[in-house]
Amino acid sequence: MSRTFLGLPLRRGARTLPDDVARPGGHGTSAGAGPASDAFGDVPHPDAPLRWGGSFPDAAREALQNTQLRRNLAHATSTIRAKRAAVVGEVPDWEALRDAGSAIKTDVMARLPELLEELERNVVARGGVVHWARDADEANRIVADLVKAKGVDEVVKVKSMATQEIGLNEALAAEGIAAYETDLAELIVQLADDMPSHILVPAIHRNRAEIREIFLARMGDAPPDLSDVPRELAMAARAHLRRKFLSAKVAISGANFGVADTGTLTVVESEGNGRMCLTLPETLVTVMGIEKVVPTYTDLEVFLQLLPRSSTGERMNPYTSLWTGVTPGDGPQEFHLVLLDNGRTDVLADEVGRAALHCIRCSACLNVCPVYERVGGHAYGSVYPGPIGAILTPQLTKSSGGLSGHHDPNASLPYASTLCGACYEVCPVKIDIPSILVELRAREVDADRGRPTGWGAAMKAASFVMSDARRFELAEKAAGLGRVVAGPKGRISTLPPPASAWTRSRDLPAPAKQTFRDWWRDRPAPAPPVADPGDTGGFGAAATDNPGFGDGGEGR
Amino acid sequence: MRIALTATCIGDVMFPQAPRATALLLERLGHEVFFPERQTCCGQMHVNTGYLDEAVPVVRNHVEAFSPVLDGEWDAVVVPSGSCTGSVRHQQGMVCRRAGLDDLARTAEAVAAKTYELSELLVDVLGVTDVGAYFPHRVTYHPTCHSLRMLHVGDKPLRLLRAVEGIDLVELPAAESCCGFGGTFALKNAETSTAMLADKMTHVKATGAEVLTAGDASCLMHIGGGLSRIRAGVRTLHLAEILASTKDAPAPAGAGPSTRGGAR
Repeated sequence: MSRTFLGLPLRRGARTLPDDVARPGGHGTSAGAGPASDAFGDVPHPDAPLRWGGSFPDAAREALQNTQLRRNLAHATSTIRAKRAAVVGEVPDWEALRDAGSAIKTDVMARLPELLEELERNVVARGGVVHWARDADEANRIVADLVKAKGVDEVVKVKSMATQEIGLNEALAAEGIAAYETDLAELIVQLADDMPSHILVPAIHRNRAEIREIFLARMGDAPPDLSDVPRELAMAARAHLRRKFLSAKVAISGANFGVADTGTLTVVESEGNGRMCLTLPETLVTVMGIEKVVPTYTDLEVFLQLLPRSSTGERMNPYTSLWTGVTPGDGPQEFHLVLLDNGRTDVLADEVGRAALHCIRCSACLNVCPVYERVGGHAYGSVYPGPIGAILTPQLTKSSGGLSGHHDPNASLPYASTLCGACYEVCPVKIDIPSILVELRAREVDADRGRPTGWGAAMKAASFVMSDARRFELAEKAAGLGRVVAGPKGRISTLPPPASAWTRSRDLPAPAKQTFRDWWRDRPAPAPPVADPGDTGGFGAAATDNPGFGDGGEGR
Repeated sequence: MRIALTATCIGDVMFPQAPRATALLLERLGHEVFFPERQTCCGQMHVNTGYLDEAVPVVRNHVEAFSPVLDGEWDAVVVPSGSCTGSVRHQQGMVCRRAGLDDLARTAEAVAAKTYELSELLVDVLGVTDVGAYFPHRVTYHPTCHSLRMLHVGDKPLRLLRAVEGIDLVELPAAESCCGFGGTFALKNAETSTAMLADKMTHVKATGAEVLTAGDASCLMHIGGGLSRIRAGVRTLHLAEILASTKDAPAPAGAGPSTRGGAR
């Protein structure tokens, strides 16, 4: 695999997809591409931002070997976890807020079409223009045409997941338009010709020494004596971006929320770059996923409490920008809202999976996920990594349920979890991610039933055995043969595949010499129940009859 | 109280000391324990791997084995496992409904309402925290994910452990982080699982504990398997084994490797 100068995979195109996944338009290869300008945007593949890696286990295996990545992630996620826990802990009605957020989102999904039409009416009434985009191609086409109509070849961008999802920067580059990311972390990712590895902190996999290296090599106007002190790095980026803010005629943003009853759009951010983009340029184009609509202005009360505490671990984010249409003489004089579907209505049609659309992109689930913490975002092969990515990406790309075949790398995403439940516990809108993961796994299995697999055969056999106590007991006797494998040490250290996946790093105890079932049958009747639980006189006899206790085990 | 014991499939075959200790502990506390012989498994492995159709007959068998609790045959069902209790409580009904078996789903949910994880049964139902145990060893406790986040057992296991005479209970750093087992995750994503296990073992070692305990034999099989592989000198014991341990009938001394449990 080709790598960038810092050893990270090249952005899309560096990896190859199985034939049955590749879509028309081609998944070009930029293997061997060196400088950012060559690799940047040369692969106009609409699906790539949501499917650009190998299968999760393969990508994870590779990521786990990157010790710097492991260290950066462990540090960053533990810091942000602690911050979140502290600010959430001080809100007495946090659970009620989560319930409210969940209820509002459920209501939105139940009447999405009418809310979107209401939003459109109000945006238009206030001087904005609304565009509807069925997919990434349509959205990119709309935005590119709007930019070209203004006669410019560069735009500034507010950090946005929707535009990452559709690969807007690459699509614009193909039209000769340079899109400049102005969020500090997004700028780092863009300069390094890298992919984001986190929804909120896209450069979370980088430490400050790496960032200094990226700035010096790629920023152009970075001071030559730049150190890796965070303030100095931020000042260098600030000077670099200031020139862009002052010259750009067009800005492109996403939206955290779109308020149906007023036509108001919202961007929540920390650095002020968003405020610059949303106020200085003459034209503003906002790309918003259709699920981001909320019914009323007062609903923001709930989400503006939930979002900052869940995402950055702050009580309130530094900048909250709200704008409604066009205000003469103040701010952009032309405003376009692009409403993006790109698979969302398919998700909405799914009774179980639709809860994934409740997501407000806070990234709390990433920060608490023990899998994400070890492998990082790139292993998920999608701009949506982590637990939410594991349920959202396969649905948006129809990778689950066998629609695109079991070779689709995204089909492995629902298995990228131990189902530990940490994601569900922190989700500000209470998306039951573990249950959706199980449902997506079930669909994967159901779609694959025509194809004989080792797992399928094993699970069928286990079902037959485990649904009847007599059969189960016979199997227990057979399992006892494992004691032969274990030998006198009672420990199994090597097994043939597929069990070798266990024994490569873990011993396995030998099956018990006597199953519980047998012990229960063989044991003498226990002492009669003691009337007073505080009286311990009765238990000694029973306990000493226990072959496992007292004598240290009869197997020795 | 008349209590039906779910041994769990892994407890029956691999770690009989856990259900055995559960039975002996409850009898010591003056209760009658029953083992419905028809039981096999709750179906969790099938469900979490995505084989929901295959889970149906397993779930049906479990529900039918324990449905006498609804007729007053027993007062409650106890499970020495957080994840099996979680599956009974949060998955069995869904599995049945998904297969169109609404009646079975209702029965499953009724049985689940009378099913308790061991620490829940002791603290919430039986109202005891001091079970009269004696265990003079340095112990650290790993709260398993499903007991913590599906059942919300909170500090019940710790309250039970703190009341054990002679115990030197030390806090496990980053205790609430998953050990990386995740059922078939440990095989399907073995490398990631091992990376999580490595961090968990580092924290266990840092406590200087001689014994690692938890409420789930499966998680202990995972962490214990890792500790055994590196010859860490730390053994694993199910929470029930510590609570069942007394001066007259102590839990086994650490003579074997940490996963030796199965050979006892």
